[in-house]
Amino acid sequence: MSAETGIGAAVKRREDLRFITGRGTYTDDLNVPGQTYGVFLRSPYARAKINAIDAAQALQVEGALAVFTGQDTAAAGLGDLPCGWLVKSKDGSDMVSAPHPPLAVSQVNYVGEPFGLVVAESLAAAREAAELVAADFEELTPVVATAEAAQASPIHEGLEANLAYDWELGDEAATDAALAAAAHVTRLDLTNNRLIPNAIEPRAALATFDPASGEYELRTTSQNPHLERLVLSAFVQIAPEHKLRVVAPDVGGGFGSKIFVYAEETVVTWAAAKVGRPIKWTAERSESFLADAHARDHVTHAELGLDEAGRFTALKVRTTANLGAYLSLFGSSVPTFLYGTLLAGQYKTPNIHVQTHGVYTNTAPVDAYRGAGRPEATFVVERIVEAAARETGRDPAELRRLNMIEPGDFPYETPVALVYDTGNYQASLDRALQLADYGGFKQRRAASEAEGKRRGIGFSCYIEACGLAPSQLAIQLGAGVGLYESGEIRINPTGSVTVFTGSHSHGQGHETTFAQVVSDKLGVPFDDVEVVHGDTGRVEFGLGTYGSRSLAVGGSALISAADKIIAKGTRIAAHMMQAEPDNVAFEAGAFISGNQRLTLQEVAFASYVPADYPPDLEPGLSEKAFYDPENFTYPAGAHIAEVEVDEATGVVQLVNFVAVDDFGQIINPMIVDGQVHGGLAQGAGQALLEHGIYDADGQLTTGSYMDYCMPRADDVPDFTVDTTVTPCTHNPLGVKGCGEAGAIGSPAAIINAVTDALGTEDVAMPATPEQMWRKLRGL
Amino acid sequence: MDAFNYHKPSSLAEAVALHRDAEDPAYLSGGHTLLPTMTQRLATPSDLIDLEGLTELTGIAAEGRTLSIGAFTRHAEVAASAEVRSTVPALADLAEGIGDAQVRNRGTIGGSLANSDPSADYPAAALALNAVIRTDRRQIAADDYFRGLFETALEEDEIITRIDFAIPSCAAYEKFPNPASRYATVGVMVADFNGTVRVGVTGAGPCACRAPAFEAALSARVDPAALDDAELPAIDFNSDLHASAEYRAHLVRVMAQRATARLVEAS
Ligand SMILES: Cc1cc2nc3c(=O)[nH]c(=O)nc-3n(C[C@H](O)[C@H](O)[C@H](O)COP(=O)(O)OP(=O)(O)OC[C@H]3O[C@@H](n4cnc5c(N)ncnc54)[C@H](O)[C@@H]3O)c2cc1C
Repeated sequence: MSAETGIGAAVKRREDLRFITGRGTYTDDLNVPGQTYGVFLRSPYARAKINAIDAAQALQVEGALAVFTGQDTAAAGLGDLPCGWLVKSKDGSDMVSAPHPPLAVSQVNYVGEPFGLVVAESLAAAREAAELVAADFEELTPVVATAEAAQASPIHEGLEANLAYDWELGDEAATDAALAAAAHVTRLDLTNNRLIPNAIEPRAALATFDPASGEYELRTTSQNPHLERLVLSAFVQIAPEHKLRVVAPDVGGGFGSKIFVYAEETVVTWAAAKVGRPIKWTAERSESFLADAHARDHVTHAELGLDEAGRFTALKVRTTANLGAYLSLFGSSVPTFLYGTLLAGQYKTPNIHVQTHGVYTNTAPVDAYRGAGRPEATFVVERIVEAAARETGRDPAELRRLNMIEPGDFPYETPVALVYDTGNYQASLDRALQLADYGGFKQRRAASEAEGKRRGIGFSCYIEACGLAPSQLAIQLGAGVGLYESGEIRINPTGSVTVFTGSHSHGQGHETTFAQVVSDKLGVPFDDVEVVHGDTGRVEFGLGTYGSRSLAVGGSALISAADKIIAKGTRIAAHMMQAEPDNVAFEAGAFISGNQRLTLQEVAFASYVPADYPPDLEPGLSEKAFYDPENFTYPAGAHIAEVEVDEATGVVQLVNFVAVDDFGQIINPMIVDGQVHGGLAQGAGQALLEHGIYDADGQLTTGSYMDYCMPRADDVPDFTVDTTVTPCTHNPLGVKGCGEAGAIGSPAAIINAVTDALGTEDVAMPATPEQMWRKLRGL
Repeated sequence: MDAFNYHKPSSLAEAVALHRDAEDPAYLSGGHTLLPTMTQRLATPSDLIDLEGLTELTGIAAEGRTLSIGAFTRHAEVAASAEVRSTVPALADLAEGIGDAQVRNRGTIGGSLANSDPSADYPAAALALNAVIRTDRRQIAADDYFRGLFETALEEDEIITRIDFAIPSCAAYEKFPNPASRYATVGVMVADFNGTVRVGVTGAGPCACRAPAFEAALSARVDPAALDDAELPAIDFNSDLHASAEYRAHLVRVMAQRATARLVEAS
C-alpha cells in the first residue's frame, strides 16, 4: 500500500481537523426537542444516614418537573451497579460486595455520592430546585485512611469488616524461604498516591425515551457503549438490549474513567421514561472531582531478596488497596489481577508472593486509570530494584541487566501466572542508556551542583500486560465478560469501505490508525475507508477501549474480517476470470490470475450486481469477525529520568526524560509518540504534582484545579522517545499496544531520580516542593 | 449562576448612583474573580455594573517619576505596554506571570487590587512601588490600602480609577507559584529608589505587606546576602495544602534574595 498512508506511515490524524476547529460533537453539544435538565443531589458528608428527603419546596420552583430519590429507584426495581470482576480471597471465599444502588437509599458513603436527581425545564431551575431539597442526614463516623480501614469498624451496614477481599498470588512459603536464605534483603514501604482522572470533557448523558417504540436512547461519554448497554440491560434492568441504544459520540478523553457504568447516566436514562421527556446531564468540574472513579491509592510493604551475585531470589509484596466506598465496575481487578501478575517485571525472580487487601473507605470508588494496576506494580518493582542497587553498591542499570529475562528465554513463564511471549529488554535499556548519555551524568550532576541544584537519575524498566484479554483466561480469573473484540468491514457497491469496530476512540486516533490498517490490508485508498465506532445501533458488539487493547484486539478483528473479504472476493474473482480460486492471488488491492487482474472495487461491484457470479455464493461483500486473543501482549521498555532539585526551594524540575519502548509493530509512529508523550506527562503528574486528598472527615480537599495540580507543558521536558521492535507473536499485526506505557513506566523512573538526588529512599509521591525542602533540611 | 441585572454606565457618577440604588450590587471589571464565584454561586449579586467604557479607568501614561495605569487595563496590556516596559519592566514581567493567556486577556489591574486576594501578584508591586490608588473620590497610599484578608480601604461603592506607581531606578519581581493554581504562594517585589529600597510581599499573609527589616538591610547594601539573617515581616504566615507557614516564611526570604540578585545583575 501507499507509503504515505499504509502501516508504518505517520499519517496526520484525520479526526483532528474537526477537534481543533471546534467541530467535534460531544455529548453536551447535542440537544433534542423537549429536552429537560438534570441536576444530581450529592452527599455533603462522607458517611451519614438519610433520615428524610423533602422535595416539596423544590417542586414549587417554576420549571421544576420531578425529584427522584433512592427510594424511587429502589421501588421501581432498578438494580445495583455491578462490579464485573469477581475476586476470591485466599481462603476461597468470594469477595464481599457492598450493595451499590445507583442512588443512595438509606445511607451515603462518600462526599459527592448521588442520592437524588432533580429534573427541570432549565438548568437554572434544576439547580435552584436542587438547593431547595431538604435532606435530613445523621452524620456517622467515616473511615478514610487506606492503611487503617481494615481495622476500623465497617462502614457498610451488614458487612462484618471493611475488607472486601484478602487476595494472594504466588508461593508464599517458597518466597519466605528464599528471603530467609538471601544474602541481602531490601525492604521498602511505599504509597501509591490517589489520583483523580480529569478527562478534559466532563462526563455527560442525554437520554431519550420513545413511548411509541418503547426504545431508550442514551448518548453518553463512554469508552465502551456496548458494555454500558449490557450492564444497563442485564444488571440494572432498565430495558432489554434491543430496546436500548447507547451512543458515545466524540468523547474528550477517558483514561479509564469513562469505562465504568455510573449512577448518573443510569438514573437519567431511567428517569427519561418517568418524566416522559429527554433529560440532559453534564457534570460540572467539581462533580468530576467528587464522583468520577479515582485511581491508585495503595499502601505497600515490599521485600526483595538478592544472592551474593546480585540475582533476585524472591519478592514479597503486601498491599492494601483502597477501593473506595463501593466496588466500581473493574475496581476489584485492578489491585489484584492487573497488579499482582505484573510483579515479575522484566526479571527472572524465581519466587514471588503478593497479598492484596482490598478495603472499603468513605471515599469515591477507585477503579482503572491509565495503566490500571500496572503503574502500581511497576512502582513497587522498579523502586525496590533501584533501592537494592543502592544498598548493595551496584549500578542500577547493571543490576537490572543481570536479572533480566533474556531474548532466548521466551516464551517465559513468570511465577505470577503470565507467559511473556517475546521481548528484548536489554535492547531497550541499551538504547535508553545511550540516548540519556548515562556516561555524562556525573558531569551534569556537578554542573547542577554549581547552581545550587541536586541532580538525580532514575531508571524504570517496566513491563505491562496489554491487549486485554484472552477471554477464557480472564473468565477463569473472575471476569464477568469475554474480552474479545468485534469488527466488520463493508465494501460498499462502488468500492468505498466502511469499517465498524467495537473498539472506541476518545483521543486515541482510531479513525486514522484503523483506516491505515484496513487500507493497507485491502489495498484500497486510505481516503476511501471510513471508521465507525461508538454506537450500539451501528456496530454489532464491542468491549471498548482500555488496557491498550484497541489495536491488538480490535485491529486484529479487522484483519480477520479483511481475510474473509479477501477469501470471498477470491471466489468471486476466480469465477469472473474463469480461474481456480487456488490460482488467484490477492495483491495490492487486486485479484490476479495469470495476466488477468480485477480490482477489489470491481469485484465488490460484481458482488452487489451479481450478473456474472458464482451460483453458490451470497451476494454482497461485507464480513464480520470476532477476535479473541491467545495471550496478553507485553509491551516493555526502559525509561530514564533526570531531575534537578532546587536546594533553596525544594522544587523538582524534570530536566530530561528518555523513553525507549517496545510496542511491537507500529502502525502510525506519530500517534504512538503522542500516546507516549501524554502518558509520560500523566506519570510526571503522579510523581510530582497530583494528589487526591481527603481530610479526616472525608471531605475532598483537592476538589478543584486551585488545589489539584495537573501537569502543564512547562512541567515536563522535551521527551526523548524511541522504540525497539519485537513483534507480538500471536496477533496478526504483531502489535502490543502503546496507550498506557508512558504512565506505567515514568513515576518510578522519576521518583528514583528524586531519591537519587536527595540520597534517601523516603520520598512520597507527589514529590512536592515543601516535602523536598523538608527532606533537604532533615525536618 | 443566578439571574442578575446588567448595567453599563457611561460615567463614574452614574456607576456610583447605580451602585447606591441596587439591592446587592457589584462592579464588574475583567470578571475573572467575580464570575467564577458567581458560577459557583458563592456570590449572587442582584446587579452587575460594568466598568468597561469608563474613560477615567483607561490608558497607561508615564509622566516624570510616575507611571499611571487605568484601573480597567488588562493584565495583557500591562505586559505588552511599551510605556511600562521602558519605565518599570518588573511590572510588565509581573503582569505576564499572572494566570494564563485567557486570564491576562480579561483580568484587570483595578479588579485585582480591589479584590486584594492574599495570593494576587499586583499588591506586591503596589507596595514596593509606593503606589497611590486613585478612586472616584480620593487618593489612597498603598501603605494605607491593604487592610486584611480580602479587605481594603475602599468604601462599598468606591471605584478605583487609576493606580499611580512611583518609577524606581530598578525593580524585580520573583514569584513562587502555587503549583496547582499558579497564583503566588509567595511573591516578592524589590524596588530600588536611588538607594532606598522598598520590598512588597504577597502570598505570605492575609494581605500584601512590606518587609521593613529587608528594606533596611537592602537600603544599606543591595546584596542577596544582606537578607540572610534579616528579620521576616511580622505577620501570621498563611498555611495551606501547598505550603506550611514555616515553608512560606522561608520562601519569602528566598524570593526576596532572588529578586535582589536580579537587581544586582541589572545594575
Ligand atoms: C484561572 C485564574 C488564574 C488566575 N491567576 C492569577 C495569578 O496568578 N495572579 C493574580 O494576581 N491573579 C490571578 N487571577 C485573578 C485575576 O488576575 C483576576 O482577573 C483579578 O484578580 C481580578 O480582576 P478582574 O478585572 O477580573 O476583576 P473582577 O472579577 O471583575 O472583579 C473583582 C472584584 O473587584 C471589584 N472591582 C473590580 N474593579 C473594580 C474597580 N475599578 N473599583 C472597585 N472595585 C472593583 C469587583 O466588584 C469584584 O468584587 C487568576 C484568575 C483566574 C480565573
